[in-house]
Amino acid sequence: MSFVFYMLAALSVTGALAAVLLKNTVHCALALTVAFAGLALLFLDLDAQFAGFAQILVYIGAVAILVVFAILLTKGSETPKDGVFSRTWLVGLVIAAGVFAVLGWAVIGSIRVLPQEKAVPTVTVLQIGNALVGRYVLPLEIVAVLLTAAMVGAVIVAMHEKEGEK
Amino acid sequence: MTPLASYLLVAALLFAIGLAGALTRRNAILVLIGIELMLNAANLNLIAFWRYGPHPELLTGMMFAIFSIAVAAAEAAVGLGLVIQIHRHAKTTDLDAMNRMKG
Repeated sequence: MSFVFYMLAALSVTGALAAVLLKNTVHCALALTVAFAGLALLFLDLDAQFAGFAQILVYIGAVAILVVFAILLTKGSETPKDGVFSRTWLVGLVIAAGVFAVLGWAVIGSIRVLPQEKAVPTVTVLQIGNALVGRYVLPLEIVAVLLTAAMVGAVIVAMHEKEGEK
Repeated sequence: MTPLASYLLVAALLFAIGLAGALTRRNAILVLIGIELMLNAANLNLIAFWRYGPHPELLTGMMFAIFSIAVAAAEAAVGLGLVIQIHRHAKTTDLDAMNRMKG
């Protein structure tokens, strides 16, 4: 594996670790952005340019900003006095470690049968666009409906109800 | 270690970190952050299989990842809207303090 891969993997994992471990919620959001950027660079390293730039646009551009807005609107940046981890943190940690052990065991055990094509795929945006309006047109329409419904739903859920106007 | 196995291990580690964050943090927004990390780890798997698997020209893995990104964006919007509404109602985002379903 190349040096670039190790650098990007370290960047993503460090960002993710900081995002779940830091005390200040705003710092967590910033670390999350670093993790998203590392993942976008990993996508670019995998020759998936379109997915990499979509990741940058959607996650760094929209989701991270949304998270920061939510933190500031809920005064979540104040560190609670009785710790940032829940009472059952040990159980959660054990479950996460168990899941990682199972996934890692499955990957290591199947190294021999994993496919490894050497040829770099050359995919143009034209091909992606053709696939989106050809073979994948039904999922595209469903995602469009889902996004519209989610946006309307998010606005309705977060809308302020005035007193006596229910 | 083959390239694909390395990517899969990184994705598994990111998934485990996200799961640990979602299960151990008190703040509801941090739980959503953990879920986003898990979704991203799954996307990395999809892209890695697309790159190293047979027939990348069919774009299956890439399309799956792109649709997954769109669904994750919708999930983040609705989830954060819910968190804001719950904070307005219960004046807290601490999940340990949210122990009633009845308002």
